[in-house]
Amino acid sequence: MHSIPKHLPTAKVAATSRSRSAQEDPWWVRWTLISLSVLVLIVLVILPVANVFYHAFSNGFGAYWKNLTGDPATLHAIQLTLFVVPIAVFANVIFGVAAAWAITRFRFPGRTILTTIIDLPFAISPVVAGLMFVLLFGARGYFGPWLQQHDIKILNAWPAIVLATTFVTLPFVARELIPVMEAIGSEEEIAAISLGANGWQTFWRVTIPNIKWGLLYGVILCNARAMGEFGAVYVVCGRIIGKTETMPIRVNTLFEGGTAASYASSFAVASLLTMLALVTLFIKIALEHKTQADLKEAAEIQQTE
Amino acid sequence: MSIIVKNLSKQFGNFKALDNVSLEVPSGSLLALLGPSGSGKTTLLRIIAGLENADSGQVQYENEDVTQQSPKDREVGFVFQHYALFRHMTVFENVAFGMRVRHRPKSEINERVHELLHLVRLEGLHQRYPSQLSGGQRQRVALARALAVKPRMLLLDEPFGALDAKVRQELRQWLRQLHDEIHLTTVFVTHDQEEAFEVADRVVVMNKGHIEQSGTPQEVFDHPATPFVMDFLGNVNVFHGRVENGMAMMGALNIAYPDYPHAESRNATAYVRPHELDIEHAPFGTSSLEARVMQVNPAGSVAKVRVFSEEFGLALNVDLNLERYAELQLKPGDLVYVAARRVRVFMPPAADYAI
Repeated sequence: MHSIPKHLPTAKVAATSRSRSAQEDPWWVRWTLISLSVLVLIVLVILPVANVFYHAFSNGFGAYWKNLTGDPATLHAIQLTLFVVPIAVFANVIFGVAAAWAITRFRFPGRTILTTIIDLPFAISPVVAGLMFVLLFGARGYFGPWLQQHDIKILNAWPAIVLATTFVTLPFVARELIPVMEAIGSEEEIAAISLGANGWQTFWRVTIPNIKWGLLYGVILCNARAMGEFGAVYVVCGRIIGKTETMPIRVNTLFEGGTAASYASSFAVASLLTMLALVTLFIKIALEHKTQADLKEAAEIQQTE
Repeated sequence: MSIIVKNLSKQFGNFKALDNVSLEVPSGSLLALLGPSGSGKTTLLRIIAGLENADSGQVQYENEDVTQQSPKDREVGFVFQHYALFRHMTVFENVAFGMRVRHRPKSEINERVHELLHLVRLEGLHQRYPSQLSGGQRQRVALARALAVKPRMLLLDEPFGALDAKVRQELRQWLRQLHDEIHLTTVFVTHDQEEAFEVADRVVVMNKGHIEQSGTPQEVFDHPATPFVMDFLGNVNVFHGRVENGMAMMGALNIAYPDYPHAESRNATAYVRPHELDIEHAPFGTSSLEARVMQVNPAGSVAKVRVFSEEFGLALNVDLNLERYAELQLKPGDLVYVAARRVRVFMPPAADYAI
């Protein structure tokens, strides 16, 4: 699952041992809450994740490798995901930087509405998002007949998968950058312009270095979400085996295959996606540290003013 | 290079930041724009630099109209109030930035940066990042960065505003020295009258989007043109009274005021600086005001005495030099007499006084 990133500096609760009795709840409240959280984490998160790996590797690494690479349809699904996701992430970076720039650097009518619209894909169910594209590009959709006449295939092909994935992941980069750019402010950019830099030089030499960690963080989250997207892609991709299946769709197809072999393959692909999630998690922790340092520095500079 | 500003106006929403302002900054001078916050001084500076566009009016550098030019083409050195150093660049790269974006050769950049770091006395710190510098050092990097591109003029926005008192004092003197060495036309914005008077050749006092007065520090301080200037340039005691027949009558204080010889009486306000008041134990001169000492504070270069006149319900601040203070031996509760050596009388416009 994805989470809405929140890494703005939060107030730390000072835990001093002397004032423990005054400030903390009784021991049984603490222990009940802690046990409950740990229990929920084990049952809902750790056990299922471990189970995926258990099933994936239950017949040994050789079988696991064969499950992943032996089936051309599975291989194609991995390739398709690796093809679609970079395009979606790239589109998101362009949109995210442009939107964050517009929102934090200009005051224009509709600014607040734009900020809200950016979050819309988070609120809309991915299935509905997929349906929107069917309504637009499907045979009976608005552009369907025109597309058919000109022999352009969007639905049930990779362009639809890219569109659906981009839509669902749209908020990630922009939402990461807005607080960072807000905190850093535009003074350095104005200084660059007063020193004779043009807009492009200012962007590459001043803005990008200042926001790079926040941007990378957004890209990582966006990437993870894009790889795992199921609902929207399921609706638009047509699920043609070996042609328009992405990794999550392939997991589903294999799982529904019913045989022991397809079941094992399903877990193999799922484990791959899970590993990606874990890697993302570690990079996320590392980057969170960096962006927090950036925000802290920005706050410090503002304080000395 | 002289700067000529003609009839500038700028409005932010309903707020008039600048209202038909005209100004000339002579070539090679060091001019201070002085005023309270919201007086339009920073807006004026930013319009001169091209960082803000005026709604109407014109900016000229010498004979060249630059009103429509971008800040990039104006070749102005601008120093920001909060330094605005590039946080991810070293001191060297900060100073080099203007030359890098102009694609100057490396050897030239290297030479010029070291020359400038020498000028601002920051040699050896070129590898540091802004976060590793003190406030005063950051401000000097900002100055070096602005000077690196050989600007036609130097504009500074509250350059010492964020520094503590001692560093501020040092940097002021240093800026004055620097200006005497390089003779670059310089305009700086400040709300601190002491700073303006200490550093600048010319002072322009601004209030509510217009210029109240401009002149040398001496002219402005000795002959304030308006009550606002009088009030803004340090502490004043304010007396309300009348003028008639060449006299200003402020309660028990009667002062000759030859500027108004008419018989018709008019309301007027008199301003007296604390150091222009004198104290005696007995009534003296033609007019002195009876008052009681409330507080004495001899710590500092002058003794600050606060007295209260019960007759007029008026508290006055008096600055006495320390010798005079020692002579008088004032204690809180003493009954004293206060007289003014010098007053400035301002009459409200004729329309206002008819009640």
